[in-house]
Amino acid sequence: MLLFLMRRILIAVPTIILISIFVFALQKLLPGDPLLVLAGEERDPAVLELLREKYRLNDPIHVQYFTWITNALQGDLGISLRTNQPVTELMLQKLPVTLQLAAMSMIFALVIGVPAGILSAYRKGTLTDYVANVVALSGLSIPNFWLGIMLILLVSVKWQLLPASGYVPLSEDFGQSIRTMLMPSFVLGTALAATMMRHTRSAMLGVLSADYVRTARAKGLSERRVVLKHAFRNALTPIVTLTALLFGELVAGAVLTEQIFTIPGFGKMVVDAVFNRDYAVVQGIVLVTAVGFILMNLLADVLYFILNPRLRGQ
Amino acid sequence: MKNLKPTLMAALLGATAIGMAATGVSAKDLRIGLQSDADVLDPDQSRTFVGRIVYASMCDKLVDITPELEIIPQLATAWQVSEDGMTVTMQLREGVVFHDGTPFNAEAVAANIERSKTMDESRRKSELSSITSTEVTGEYEIKLNLKGPDATLMAQLADRAGMMISPTAAAAAGADFGLNPVCSGPFSFEERVAQDKIVLKQFPDYWNADAIAFDSVTFLPIPDTTVRLANLQSGDIDMLERLAATDLAQANANNDIEVASAVSLGYQGITFNVNNGPKGDNPWGNDQRLRQAFSYAIDREAINQVVFEGAFAAGNQPYPPTSPWYDTDHPVPARDVAKAKALLAEAGYPDGLDLEVQVPNTTVPLQLMQVVQAMAAEAGINVKITSKEFATLLADQSAGDYTASQIGWSGRVDPDGNIHQFMTTDGGINDSHFSNPAVDEALNAARVAASTEDRKAAYDTARDILVEESPIVYLYHQTWIWAHSSQLDGFTPYPDGMIRLEGVTWTE
Repeated sequence: MLLFLMRRILIAVPTIILISIFVFALQKLLPGDPLLVLAGEERDPAVLELLREKYRLNDPIHVQYFTWITNALQGDLGISLRTNQPVTELMLQKLPVTLQLAAMSMIFALVIGVPAGILSAYRKGTLTDYVANVVALSGLSIPNFWLGIMLILLVSVKWQLLPASGYVPLSEDFGQSIRTMLMPSFVLGTALAATMMRHTRSAMLGVLSADYVRTARAKGLSERRVVLKHAFRNALTPIVTLTALLFGELVAGAVLTEQIFTIPGFGKMVVDAVFNRDYAVVQGIVLVTAVGFILMNLLADVLYFILNPRLRGQ
Repeated sequence: MKNLKPTLMAALLGATAIGMAATGVSAKDLRIGLQSDADVLDPDQSRTFVGRIVYASMCDKLVDITPELEIIPQLATAWQVSEDGMTVTMQLREGVVFHDGTPFNAEAVAANIERSKTMDESRRKSELSSITSTEVTGEYEIKLNLKGPDATLMAQLADRAGMMISPTAAAAAGADFGLNPVCSGPFSFEERVAQDKIVLKQFPDYWNADAIAFDSVTFLPIPDTTVRLANLQSGDIDMLERLAATDLAQANANNDIEVASAVSLGYQGITFNVNNGPKGDNPWGNDQRLRQAFSYAIDREAINQVVFEGAFAAGNQPYPPTSPWYDTDHPVPARDVAKAKALLAEAGYPDGLDLEVQVPNTTVPLQLMQVVQAMAAEAGINVKITSKEFATLLADQSAGDYTASQIGWSGRVDPDGNIHQFMTTDGGINDSHFSNPAVDEALNAARVAASTEDRKAAYDTARDILVEESPIVYLYHQTWIWAHSSQLDGFTPYPDGMIRLEGVTWTE
């Protein structure tokens, strides 16, 4: 298993380097001069030139890339063109925010998606199955921004139950922090729950018709035990893979959700940074997100070992 | 008699305190929703509009403006311009300290001007270019020596160029000053979380502390207009800036919300490429009759009604019709399709002509251009809208890679800031590359003219030519719309869009 993990980690390294080159190149291909955005309305040519020098934008692209990657390897991701704050510091500020959003959304997704999937597979073809499918499809089809604004208008403006937007750190006020995050994580979670439900359903359908399930039933085990212990456990492997893959979707969804609910996380930072051509910030976020994504997949592989005894012998 | 003064003062203060308690005024944290996040919080380096809103609570300036744009004292209590216009002498307010305890005096002013003029990263150099040197003539008196007469200087000192930062903190932090700014305004910097909030705390030693009724102010960037209003409705914020015109009806219908507005100092219009690179050599750039035809084809008041619910102001000059600098000889023209067609025919295009206009890819500019497109079509002008992301639009405009561009200007207190750099031959933002010696002469003369009347006359002279040549077809002036809780009292709207908290109170 250790060997397997080592191999996976070694493969991850070139992937991350490729991603960083790709994003760096893409940013440079974007039309529009970052300094025109940065220089403000007056666009004083002397200031433009000075900034170009300061941020080394006159260097050839490959030199810019190597300067950046060398510093990045030493933990220095540069400074934000817009606020002069170090990117590493900015990210440390934002990381817990997005992690909290991601974790809470994942809880919503799992709590809604998995039971719904089991239920609709077990009751295949019945009203329950159809209702669960319709709900799942609506979860997938309703755009985040629409659902978000509707929830704000209903829950915050009309009922005044939860804060409309913003963010409070967990360490500052635990209750308030959870309250501000409830709506955004619900919006993000429901979209994921739909995917989760569909996959759980098909995985469960596959195992429910398997021989060992029939055997279990024949042994006289309770339905509850048959479904949850024998069937579900074997359906779990694809669900775990999916959960890891959904991490990517989660980050993508966070971009939009954070925008609507004004949550100062990764998503909001990357959108603002792209619009402001804040190169260092975009690069930093993409790099960290990519590493995170790869780590999640690694984690999924490890979980396979734990869940599926057959793999352990290999 | 001599001893009566402190007693009287004490009695007055006591009465005020009782009065405040009686009316239920209490200090609180004021939460203000901004449309975007501020950039670096260093008055010498910053460039965003919202940044200036934050400064209005944090950094005092040498002078301020009234809502009618007159220059009034702030840190400078009086000033005299010499006969020849070559020096300005200023008397400074005594007993003022910066947030770090450094005293404010003539030395501090000299250090501030020096920093604005010489720091590499300073974006204030051009604003203060007329100052050649400063002389400290007393602890609270400073003399500014000028290159020549500069009628625009006081207006510059009423904005970022006149903001006084602590010389001690500035020397220690250098270009990183913006991470922990130290000024002398009513509130001091507490903390900032990028894209989340900027928190300022009341400064107890503020020279005008009695006028401040809040413990702290928190600025929250909330870009989505609907969400910003929802936050106000749910009580999560107390005030917001730039309410969308389309949300006015909703805000007005809510008894807990009050709306205030002021026509801005800026404008929106369409800039034509007259001579900027090879693309300037096109019918629209070459023939002013076409640009006039375009202007006549548009119903500016209808644009205001359709796109902005009638909340903005139609316009045809760089200053709004409400401005004292507006040239009333050239009122906002009524739409005249027949005249537009006649001008097109006269220019040799009786069957109409295509016009490609680049537009920022955001909702309002696109809506605006679609209305313009429909209007122009009736006159035979076939407008093609090319929407571009703002950074790209700016780059193309600056490089001359456009025929016409929908762009605006946030506006300056002094009229010079709205016209000189756009319309003079070597103007820094003259992306049209428009050039006319008579306009140059008039606009340069307006910069140095001693009296307001002479300046106005010079601007009117330029306007006569610019109306004919129309390198920029002005369309409308944005109105700043603030919405705030009805518990907030005493807010005064200013045409510069700032939020000044002196005299603003909160009733429970």
